[in-house]
Parts: sequence; structure tokens; C-alpha cells
Amino acid sequence: MKNLTEKVKKNPIWKSIFRRDYRNNVRDRALAIFGNVFLHLHPVQVRESAVKLRFTWGMGGITFFSFILLVITGVVLMFYYHPSIEQAYSDIKDLEFQVPYGVILRNMHRWAAHFMVIVVMIHMFRVFMTGSYKAPRQFNWGIGVILLVLTFLLSFTGYLTPWDQLGFWAITVGTNMGAATPLLGYQGPFSEYLHITPYNDIRFALLGGAQVGANALLRSYIWHCVAIPLISIILMFVHFWRVRKDGGISRPQK
Amino acid sequence: MNPFIEIITQPDNIAIVIMIIMVTFFMGWAFLQAYQNDKLKAAGLPVEGENDRDVDTFKPLVRIELIITLAVMVGLTIWSIAVNAPLEEIANPTITPNPAKAPWYFLGLQELLVYFDPWLAGVVLPTLIVVGLIAIPYIDINPKGNGYYTFEERKYAILIFSFGFFILWLLLIVIGVFFRGPGWLWYWPWQEWDHQRVVFEPTRDLTSLVGIDSRSLAGFIIGALVVGGYFVAGMAAPYRYWKKNNPELLAQLGMVRYVTIMFLFISMMSIPIKMILRLVFLIKYVWITPWFNV
Ligand code: HEM
Repeated sequence: MKNLTEKVKKNPIWKSIFRRDYRNNVRDRALAIFGNVFLHLHPVQVRESAVKLRFTWGMGGITFFSFILLVITGVVLMFYYHPSIEQAYSDIKDLEFQVPYGVILRNMHRWAAHFMVIVVMIHMFRVFMTGSYKAPRQFNWGIGVILLVLTFLLSFTGYLTPWDQLGFWAITVGTNMGAATPLLGYQGPFSEYLHITPYNDIRFALLGGAQVGANALLRSYIWHCVAIPLISIILMFVHFWRVRKDGGISRPQK
Repeated sequence: MNPFIEIITQPDNIAIVIMIIMVTFFMGWAFLQAYQNDKLKAAGLPVEGENDRDVDTFKPLVRIELIITLAVMVGLTIWSIAVNAPLEEIANPTITPNPAKAPWYFLGLQELLVYFDPWLAGVVLPTLIVVGLIAIPYIDINPKGNGYYTFEERKYAILIFSFGFFILWLLLIVIGVFFRGPGWLWYWPWQEWDHQRVVFEPTRDLTSLVGIDSRSLAGFIIGALVVGGYFVAGMAAPYRYWKKNNPELLAQLGMVRYVTIMFLFISMMSIPIKMILRLVFLIKYVWITPWFNV
């Protein structure tokens, strides 16, 4: 057995991937982190409290993991889905009857989305309760708030995609709020002075029409699958970068 | 089946039940640690984490991340096998469901529609929430309690945040999910929904209490005075109080911060105030103008 491991480790293919041996010493423990593109998000050493579950609850990490899970399940769902009002609904139905493991795939995307919204709120609560928004982390808290809003919007834009009654009316209720925007929505205060009508107001811009229809489906699909995930990923990396640049996880000053 | 069980086991509502359990647990854990740290401080001892050393990231942190990841993965897999995401009838613009509910995390805002017109409930207040949250680090200049759980050292910040987060955000969501039925009327979870039920909608406004038509000029002026007076008094009263009792605090805050804090706080408190006006005094509007109503 030991012989075999040695052989595998000497094999040129193995060596080309891992480049070097891992021995349990300071140098190799550090290399394990910054020799790996994914792990090197971390510093080589962290405070003990950053490792203790009771301080961070791991909530930011759990939020990030839910997001990754959503990207993976989301991409697979995209293979089976057309963003058109003729096909969207039956595509979702097909997940149940035609696609292998389609039901679990859809369930996981749905429940992970709910879960992410829950844990991001709890993450914010923990950051507040540990006072971690205080100097020097003020800016990163602000990035966090934007990420919170983006998380809501990610979920919200996904609601319409199955083109069922639930999503249709949730989006109708939600975008009707846009119509009430002061100045920019046709039912909002003062909008008559800007000659705002149902055909040029902010709700029209959101829906690509005066009603929730084919354009609204396409728009929510693109926001949901492309635009908001891209913006979120960028902001998440700024967020993680700043956690490190601000001196790692906050801790009591002596 | 018991209607209460039925409502909490609806597939999408299971998420809300999970949220309630998780939020309660973490709220307890946070305040417990705050209490423990406050006791340590009072005894002159270092708080949790003060004497921490550095440890290697590999493996302690990587190990715990792996464990959490696996746990979440297992949990979500079980959830996905056990509960099927619902799919309703195909979208049909001619059949309006009653009630038409927004996604659950926006139900707190939808609940505000009972008390405020859409431009306030759907646009102005959400904007203020986001702006207010981003502003927190810049208006809270208390340097204490950075990097550990505590209550004693930041009482007011924690009380105000908790009121907003637990009551105005989360509790209203729970009400919207479990207690609102057709016509957005209140239903206990064990009550049958009745689509015929008629509602008593309050139609009187604040000024009609003193016999003045709220749509008249006098009504307009009184309404403006009440709303304006609320904001001005809300700014001035604490100012005078602190000027007398804690002038250093005011000097430290400075005018811009003071006004921002009070504006956000007054706006937040207008929510419970408007709720009481509506629910107890059956008042619909405080101030009617040709452009908008408050
Ligand atoms: C998509 C959403 C988010 C992701 C993926 C995310 C991820 C993370 C991660 C992984 C950490 C490291 C520590 C930890 O796990 O607690 C962190 C820290 C932090 N997060 Fe977030 N976060 C998100 C949203 C937010 C929100 C909504 C806020 C606040 C409004 C916020 C504010 C912060 C701050 C201030 C820190 C530094 C905490 C400290 O030093 O103790 N983040 N975030």
C-alpha cells in the first residue's frame, strides 16, 4: 500500500498537478494555502477567533457556499430552460417528468436560494453584534449591504422564470411599487410634471412593457442568470479582499 | 389536517419556519455571548478572544470550512429530497390570486402597504433602510465593542438595530406569511379563509377628529404642521436634552451626524406610530396634499 502511494506520488502526471510533496512543516502548511488558487483567498495564518465557530458562526462562508451551489445548479437548469412564455412553463414541468434528477435539481436551486437569503441576514446580524462594522471595516459593511440587496434581487428575478401564477403575481405586485416611485413612476407623486406615463416610467423600464409579458420574462432571466450574478461575484471578491486588507476577522483590541 | 400544521408545512413556508428557528437560535447565542463578555469585563477580565494567538490556516480553518460545507450540503440535499418546490398553474393575467403576495423576504414591505401609500412603503422606506444600513458605521462613533459580543457597551445601538431587524423586518415578514389572507385581512393560522368577508376600512383622517375636512386648506395646513412638527420636535427635543445632560456627546457627534441619526431614527419610528394611528385610532392619513398623502 505504502509502495503504491509512493509510486503514484512519483508519477509524472501526479507531479505535474501537485508540483511538490506535502510535509507537515511551517513551509508546506503555508504553501498549501498560497500554492492553491482557491485557498489563497485566505491568509497563511489567521487569528484563533477566526477559526472558532462561536464568533463568526461561519455565516459569511455559508452564504458564499450557498451562492456557489446556486451557480452550479443554476447553470445545469439553464440547459433545460427557454426564457419564452411559450416554453418556460413546460420546461419546468419537464424537469419533473423528463429530466433525470430534474426534481431534485430544481428543489435544490429553490431551497438553496431561500437558504441564502436567510443566512445572509444572519451574517449581517452577527457582523452587527460583534461591532465588526467599526473602523477600519466601515467600507466593507457598505459592500455587504449592497450584497444583501443583490441577494434579494437575485431571488426576486428568479421568481418569474417558471412563468407560473406565483411568480407572475409576485413580480406584478413587486414592480407595481416601481410605478409609485416619486417623479419616475406614473403613479408616484410629482411624476405628472415630468410627463411620465405607464409607457415611459420606471416600471416600463423594468418590465420592458406596460405589463408583465414576454419582455419582462426575458429581462428577469438575463438579470437573474447573467447580470446580477456577475455584479455579485465582483462585489464578493472585493468583500473578501477587504476582509483581509482590513486586518482579518475583527477581534478585541487590547 | 390541522390548518396550522397545514400552513407551516407548505413547501415554501418551510423556509420561513427554518428562518424562525435559525434566527431565534443565533439571536440567543449572540446575546448569551454578549452577557458572558459583559460579566468578564465587569470582573476586569479579558473578553473572549482578547488573548488569541495566530494559528495556521491550513489545516484548522480549512478543516472547519470543509466540515461546514459538507454539513450544509447534506442538509440541503435532505431538504431537496424531502420537499418538492411547488409549481402553480401557468401564469394567467386574467386570474388574480387573492391575496397576491410578494416573495416572503419582501412581505415586511408589503405589510407596510396597509399603513402607508405605495410611494412610501415601496420606494422611500426601502431606500431609507438601505441608506440607513450603509450609514451605520459612519454615524455610530462609539469605539467600544469592536470585535467581540457585548451589550453593555453599545446598548442603544443594539436596541435600535434589534428593534428594526427583529420587529420591523422579521416579525412583519412572519405576519405577512402566516397571518394575512384574502384582501390582506388578518387571519389566525387556524381560521378558514373567507373570500366574502367584508372589511371595515377606516376612511377618516387625522384632522377629521377635530371636525376639519382633511381635504380643505385648513386640513392641509394642520396636516403639514403635524408632519413637520413631528420631524422638528423629533430633532429638537433630544438635542435639548443632550445639550443639558451630555454636551460632550453632541460635540463629538457634530451637527451632520446628529441630524442624520435623528432623521433615520424618526423615520423608523414613524412606522410603529402610523401603525398605532391606524389600528387604535382608525386614522387613514395624517396629511393630505394634492400630490401625495402621508
Ligand atoms: C452575498 C453576501 C455576502 C457574502 C458571501 C459574505 C461573505 C463574508 C465572509 C466569508 C466573511 C468572513 C467572515 C465571516 O464568515 O463572517 C465576511 C465578513 C464580513 N462581512 Fe460579509 N458577506 C456577505 C454579505 C454581507 C452583508 C450583508 C454585510 C453587512 C451588512 C457584510 C459585512 C461583513 C463585514 C463587515 C465583514 C468583516 C467581519 C469581521 O471582520 O468580523 N457582509 N463576509
